[in-house]
Amino acid sequence: MGSRHFVIIGNGISGITFARHLRKGDEKARITVISGESPYFFSRTALMYVYMGQMKWEHTQPYEPFFWKKNRIDLKQAWVKSITFEAKALVFESGETLNYDVLVLATGSKPAFFGWPGQDLKGVQGLYSKQDLETMEAITSEPMERAVIVGGGLIGIEMAEMLTYKKIPVTFLVRENRFWELVLPDAEASLVHKHIREHAIDLRLGTELKEIISDAQGSVRAVITSTGEEIPCGFVGIATGVLPNVDFLRNTSLAIGKGVKVNAKFESSVPDVYAIGDCAEFEQPPGPGRRNLEQVWYTGRMHGETLAYNFCNTPVAYQPGIWFNSAKFFAIEYQTYGWVSPEPVSGVQDFFWEHRDGKVSFRMSLDQEGKVLGVLNLGFRLRHEFFDRAIREKWSGEKVMQELGKGVFDPEFYAPYHQEIQAAYQRHFGGKIVSSKKSFFHKLFGASQ
Amino acid sequence: MRGIQGIGLVLFVVGMLVFTALPFLSSYRLTEGMVQDQVKEIHREKLAELLQPMYGQSYSSTHAFLSAYSSNFNPYNEELKAKQAWDQVIWDDYGFALAKAAGEGPARSHPWACLALSIGLVVLGGVLFQIAGYGSAHTSLAHTGVFHSSLKNRGVLGMLTGTYLIGFYVILYWFPAYLSPLVWMVEPIAQFLSGGPASQWFLYGLVYTLAIAVMGIRMVLKYRDNKYQQLRTASVVFFQTAFAFLIPEVLVLLNKPYFDFKNIWPLDYDFFYDYQIDTFISSGGLGLFMLIWGILLIVLGVPVFTYFYGKRWYCSWVCGCGGLAETVGDGFRHLSDKSLKAWQWERWMIHGVLALAVIMTGLTIVNYFSSFSLLGQVTNQLHSFYGFAIGSAFAGVVGTGFYPFMGNRVWCRFGCPLAAYLGLVQRFKSRFRITTNGGQCISCGNCSTHCEMGIDVRAYAQQGQNIVRSSCVGCGVCASVCPRGVLKLENGPEEGRIHDFPILIGNDSIKLRS
Ligand SMILES: Cc1cc2nc3c(=O)[nH]c(=O)nc-3n(C[C@H](O)[C@H](O)[C@H](O)COP(=O)(O)OP(=O)(O)OC[C@H]3O[C@@H](n4cnc5c(N)ncnc54)[C@H](O)[C@@H]3O)c2cc1C
Ligand code: SF4
Ligand code: SF4
Repeated sequence: MGSRHFVIIGNGISGITFARHLRKGDEKARITVISGESPYFFSRTALMYVYMGQMKWEHTQPYEPFFWKKNRIDLKQAWVKSITFEAKALVFESGETLNYDVLVLATGSKPAFFGWPGQDLKGVQGLYSKQDLETMEAITSEPMERAVIVGGGLIGIEMAEMLTYKKIPVTFLVRENRFWELVLPDAEASLVHKHIREHAIDLRLGTELKEIISDAQGSVRAVITSTGEEIPCGFVGIATGVLPNVDFLRNTSLAIGKGVKVNAKFESSVPDVYAIGDCAEFEQPPGPGRRNLEQVWYTGRMHGETLAYNFCNTPVAYQPGIWFNSAKFFAIEYQTYGWVSPEPVSGVQDFFWEHRDGKVSFRMSLDQEGKVLGVLNLGFRLRHEFFDRAIREKWSGEKVMQELGKGVFDPEFYAPYHQEIQAAYQRHFGGKIVSSKKSFFHKLFGASQ
Repeated sequence: MRGIQGIGLVLFVVGMLVFTALPFLSSYRLTEGMVQDQVKEIHREKLAELLQPMYGQSYSSTHAFLSAYSSNFNPYNEELKAKQAWDQVIWDDYGFALAKAAGEGPARSHPWACLALSIGLVVLGGVLFQIAGYGSAHTSLAHTGVFHSSLKNRGVLGMLTGTYLIGFYVILYWFPAYLSPLVWMVEPIAQFLSGGPASQWFLYGLVYTLAIAVMGIRMVLKYRDNKYQQLRTASVVFFQTAFAFLIPEVLVLLNKPYFDFKNIWPLDYDFFYDYQIDTFISSGGLGLFMLIWGILLIVLGVPVFTYFYGKRWYCSWVCGCGGLAETVGDGFRHLSDKSLKAWQWERWMIHGVLALAVIMTGLTIVNYFSSFSLLGQVTNQLHSFYGFAIGSAFAGVVGTGFYPFMGNRVWCRFGCPLAAYLGLVQRFKSRFRITTNGGQCISCGNCSTHCEMGIDVRAYAQQGQNIVRSSCVGCGVCASVCPRGVLKLENGPEEGRIHDFPILIGNDSIKLRS
């Protein structure tokens, strides 16, 4: 194959995973990773922790600077302005150019703005990039009466938590009638609502942003909501989702929808040009129940490793396994494995248990034959390996219940919620759940199973 | 709550000021009787003669007293040394004993009041501050803000605290006479517990135990949703209070050897020193039991417990150094160096100290059985070097004084020979590991940032690889700080404990090592 020049735009999880695996499989390839955002790969997922003084910037970088040299991965910090696909050349904002043999687009996302009046005012922003973090830190370092967060999703709640750390009162506008309506069923959403409100957050469900009002200096002064209320504030966080960061690629020969159109091998419409991570839009959903856009951390990683594999081996089609995800709403951890619908679906039975303290819950969706489709748990931890297997092998709900003790991933000495869950399941469905109780000896010496 | 926290802080600061000021509020008047009382019989006559000029004089500060003592005593010793009359040189340092005997001041006349105003206020203020601070905070914020804190992120407060601690340890180990006024105020407690006088070590033990207890309260509040943290904190507080502090004193009261039943060689580096062995052997059944107990811990306790639970059973559940690190030091854990370089240094240093301790002890034992003929002075020299460099400078001054600079486990990570021994067992023959939860890791780095041992936990977690590292003390904080529930400390079958070929769950297209 010789030594082709692989150029990757984007040093996020997808681009970097690709570069690392390519190096592992191909000693000779020349690899260049470009990003305008930061010189080194960092974990976007940790932005909030830097803001809250729980980490420093350097801690967000999973590899020490020497790593790149050692693996001969060239890093370049610059913004790509345009690409001439015919000439296989990138043009940087500085005017400089760079040629590639293979181009991998891993440009990620950007916050979605929906054209609200006043959305360009100072103090109105999303949270996606290092620069977003810096402006948010600068603006909120001054005392302010209130901040408004728009958008009931994961980034919205992270921003609310960040502002709470700074002791800034927060009004949280959620257009839908519940938080994260796309994913959370009613019961879980109510649990989370309570928890959000316990943190003194003014949560407004079913309320939209209408307009942002400026002060004399061009900074935000207040917002007006769909109910006509004016809420004075010094900061507006826009967290109404993200869109693929592909605007600089539009109006070229590259096929673009929401993101860069790719097939299951990440090939775009232009030869030798590939797209992975948040910016890729699959022509066909990559798996049952999956979306055409995969905008989470681990899918970016899987895209990167699969594409790199394809350059070093006989190419395969990308095929994600059982869906999983996790998040955290203030102190409440969320995990999910498999498929759980936020709305009731005919033919699907849900088993739901909530702890009396209202901070822990468990839901299991079963198909018509009583086989497990997925679980959604709040406030405690479940073992990925266990549920991946249970769902893949289509265990019956009863079997999952019987083995649940092995599926719990909470730290040692934690309340054994699974016993309560088993009891509740038995009350609900009948049957006999005999969970294997550990003897004292087993507990003491940690002898498992 | 803020008000109470403020009051707590004020009480704490006042207590610290009183504690720091007391040594300056004493004066000294030496009499011949004191010299007769405090000095060993063989040196009595000579010292009584040398110190003649001091009798009846009044010294207004510890420094003035010690200077006078040195100027009267040192020339005699120097002369002997110059003549190489080594056996006549007085190696004992009577400075502390004489200062304590000769001193006068508030701490001696009103020990209880001084105790209440210094250590008492510090404890009360500390407890109030922690209860008000952590009692109301939301647990979601338990780990936030450490890098915005001057104390916890090497700011001015951190520098001051580190300097104060280093100063305290330097004085404690090498200039204890300056602490004698503080020792007076704990004299009544020592008398009550052991029936004997208090030494600087008694003062230190008391302060140490209280510090662990007060900051243990903080841990329990900070981790109020975390049973593992609460239990292990209760455990270290218990072992420190009962085993390290009370039982040894009571043993002395009962005329038995001072012994800490949970201290294990080679951390307890003088366990095999000749005078120790002599003490054990000459103290009847209990003494013999202590000797056998100590040896059993080394040859059976460490391997067996570490096999089942990992080194954490000792390092973060029992050990006194670990106890201090996990309570007082908790706020500094993120300052540990995570770089690969630091890991390389760590391995050389800690195994170096282990080798040194083993060689030293080996020589000591050979020496003991060959009745001191074989190696003569060599072991003594080694003992004093080890005691100075490792026992005092490294474990004490650096180990604790450097909390605000390099994190709370500098000693445990780079120096402790017992940790090295436990670590070897943990790495090669143990059921303990930190399991990672499939593909859930988002590489955020919270785990690595807050690992006090400087382990790059994320490097393993993001590959789906179990964490099996000799240095991991099983504090469980990585698991607690991880926002995605990825990490779990577990004891389980040895099979599959070490992943040579970790695979992250989730990608069905290919199977490859991440
Ligand atoms: C605050 C926050 C929290 C999140 N938390 C989670 C979570 O908990 N779990 C989870 O699964 N996911 C989370 N995500 C989503 C996750 O971070 C993304 O899915 C992931 O980072 C996408 O990776 P990527 O490699 O596709 O792109 P990115 O990480 O976005 O990297 C793309 C890079 O390309 C650069 N770039 C783009 N265009 C150009 C150009 N023209 N020239 C030069 N450089 C360019 C960008 O500046 C950027 O640095 C979170 C996202 C945010 C913003
Ligand atoms: S804290 Fe958890 S999610 Fe973050 S890097 Fe560590 S293991 Fe991964
Ligand atoms: S790896 Fe985790 S449990 Fe081990 S020392 Fe580090 S933080 Fe503690």
